Amino acid sequence: MKRILLMGNPNVGKSVVFSRLTGVDVIVSNYPGTTVEFIKGRMKLSGEVAEVIDVPGTYTLGPTTPAEQVATDMMAEGDVIINVVDATNLERNLNLTLQLLNSGKPVVVALNMWDSAQHKGIEIALAKLEKRLGVPVVPTVAPSGEGIGQLVARLEEATTGSIQFDEERRWSVLGGIVEEVQTVTHRHHTLLERLADLSLKPETGIPLAIVAGLVAFALIRVIGEGLIGLVFNPLFDHLWLPVVSGLSAILQPETFWHELLVGRLIDGQIDWVESMGLLTTGLYVPLAMVLPYIFAFYLVLGLVEDIGYLPRLGVLVDTIMHRLGMHGLSIIPMLLGLGCNIPGVLATRILETQRQRFRAAILMSICVPCMAQLAVIVALLGPYGVRGLAPLFIMLAVLWVVLSLGFKYLLPGETPEMFTEIPPYRTPYLPAVAQKLWMRVRQFIREAVPFVLLGVGLVNILYVLNIIQVLGRWLEPVLTSVLGLPPEAVGALLIGFLRKDVAVGMLAPLGLSVKQLVVACVVLTVYFPCAATFAVLLREFGLRRMAKAALLMTVVALGVGGLLNLVL
Amino acid sequence: MIVSLAEMAPGQTGIVISLEGGHGMMRRLAAMGIRRGAAVTKTSSQPFRGPISVQVGNTEVALGFGLARRVMVEVPG
Repeated sequence: MKRILLMGNPNVGKSVVFSRLTGVDVIVSNYPGTTVEFIKGRMKLSGEVAEVIDVPGTYTLGPTTPAEQVATDMMAEGDVIINVVDATNLERNLNLTLQLLNSGKPVVVALNMWDSAQHKGIEIALAKLEKRLGVPVVPTVAPSGEGIGQLVARLEEATTGSIQFDEERRWSVLGGIVEEVQTVTHRHHTLLERLADLSLKPETGIPLAIVAGLVAFALIRVIGEGLIGLVFNPLFDHLWLPVVSGLSAILQPETFWHELLVGRLIDGQIDWVESMGLLTTGLYVPLAMVLPYIFAFYLVLGLVEDIGYLPRLGVLVDTIMHRLGMHGLSIIPMLLGLGCNIPGVLATRILETQRQRFRAAILMSICVPCMAQLAVIVALLGPYGVRGLAPLFIMLAVLWVVLSLGFKYLLPGETPEMFTEIPPYRTPYLPAVAQKLWMRVRQFIREAVPFVLLGVGLVNILYVLNIIQVLGRWLEPVLTSVLGLPPEAVGALLIGFLRKDVAVGMLAPLGLSVKQLVVACVVLTVYFPCAATFAVLLREFGLRRMAKAALLMTVVALGVGGLLNLVL
Repeated sequence: MIVSLAEMAPGQTGIVISLEGGHGMMRRLAAMGIRRGAAVTKTSSQPFRGPISVQVGNTEVALGFGLARRVMVEVPG
C-alpha cells in the first residue's frame, strides 16, 4: 500500500487537508502543535487504497526538537510527500520544502491558505514556482475544499524536483526563489491585526485577557444553565419521568431490579440526582447535568482556539509561569484539562522536555477539575453561592501555585525559554467550529456515558454487597477525624476512581453541611484522576513516575482536605 | 546602533546582524526567519524580563528574554 505523508510547518492546515483527503475527523485549531501524534487515514488513489499520515508540524528536518526528530524519522517510511505550505509565509515554509526535496522523496506542494494570501496582498506566480521547484504546486483552501481535487489528481506527478543546491547555500537559493515568484502589495492593517497587537502588549493584553476570561466563564455558565433549564430539565421532567414512574410502579420499589434501574425513591418520588438508578441518575447526570456544560465549554474553547488566542495567552503568562518553574504554553494543557483531563494530558506534548510534560500533566490532573465534575459541583455547591464555590476554587488555585513551586524545587531542571510562532488571528470558520464541537460532544457521549452507567451500576452492587458499608467503617477514623466526613462518603471516594461526576453526585443524599461538601469536592478533585485519565498518564509517563505521583496525590488530598476541615 | 532584540523598543525595526548562540539555536531561529540580514520589527515585550515578540516577514515569533538578548540587530539612530 502506498504511503502518503502530509508534512509542513506547524499550523499551516495539514490536519484540515488530511480530513479532506481521508474523511477522517481530526481536531484542528489555530495554534502550532495541535496535532501531537501522527494520525493515519486512508484514501482512494487511482483505484487503489493508499495510507495517509498526518505528521506533526516541523520547521526543519534537523533534529532540533524531539518533535522534529519524530517527523524526520517518519519520513523514511513514506512513499510520497504532500508538503502543505502556508502561502502567507512563503519563505519560512519553502525552507522545509527545499529540505524535503533534498531528501530524495517525491513531493507535491499544496499551497494552502491561498485565499488569505490574496487578502493579504501576496501574489505568488504559480507557474514560476512550479518551474523553479520542479514539482507540482497546487493552490488550496483546505476548509472549503478548494483545490483538494486537483491536489489528488496531481499526486501521480510527484517527483523529487529539479532543484540542485548545497545545503550551505539553502538560504540564498530560497531568497532567490521567493524574490522571483512573490510580489507583496502594501496594505493597511486590518482590524484583526490591530486586535492581535493589542492582545500581546502587556498594558492592553492583560486587561483583555481578564475580560476574555470573564466573558468566557459567563458564556459557559449562561449557555450551560440555559440548556439545562430550558431543554434538558423539561425533557427529563415531562417526557422521561412518566416513563420511569410507570416502570417504578411495575417493578415495585425495593426489589432488586427497581433498585438497579430506577433506584431508591426519595420521599416516595424519583429524584434524578439521588435515586442512583441506571435509568434515573445514570442518564440524568451525564445528559442533563454534564452534557450542557460540556457543550458550552467546548463551544467557547473551540472559538478561542480557532481565533488563535491561546499562544498569546501563553506569552502573557510566561513570566509568571517561569517563576513557577513552567513554560508559558503550559497554560494550554491546563485550559484543555478543564474540559476533560485526557486531552489536557495529551496537550502537554507541546512542551519540549519530558520533565516539563510530567510536571504539567500531574499538576493539571491534581488541581484542574474536568467540566463533568465541575458541572455536578456547581449543581451541588452553586445554591450556596460564593460561600460554597469560593473556598473550592481558591483552595485549588493556591494548591496549584504551591505544588508548582514544590515541583520547581523537588524536580529541578531547566525550563526551556519561550520560542514559538504566534499565528495571526483568524475569523473562525463556523462549519469547522461546529464540526470540532460535535466531535468533542460525540466523544463525551460515546466514551463518558457508558462509564457513568457503569459507575452507577457499581454503586448499587457495592451497596448490595455491603462493601461500601464495611469500607466506611474501616476508613472511618481517617474520614471523620482528618476530613470531618461521615463514613458513607467512602462510596463517593471509591466511585471517584471511575467517574468524578457520579462520585460528586453521590454526595447529594448524604445530607452534608456546606463545609463538608467543600472538603469532599476538593478531596474528590485532588486525590486521584479518574481511571481513563490515569490510563493515559500511565501510557505517557510509565509506572514508576505514576506510582510516585499517586503517592503525592494521596498525601496532598489528605493534607488539603484536613486543612480545609480545620480552617473552614 | 547595535542592540539586542531584548533592548529594542516595541515598534522599532532593525536588521539582524548576528546570533550569539550554539548551532542548534541558530538553526531554530533561522527556521523561523530570524537570521542574518533579516528585517525584524519588535511588536511587544512583557515586563520583568518576560518574553518579547517580533514580526519577521509575515511571521510573528515570541522569544524568551534570554534568547532575545542573543540576537543582535542594527537599528537606525
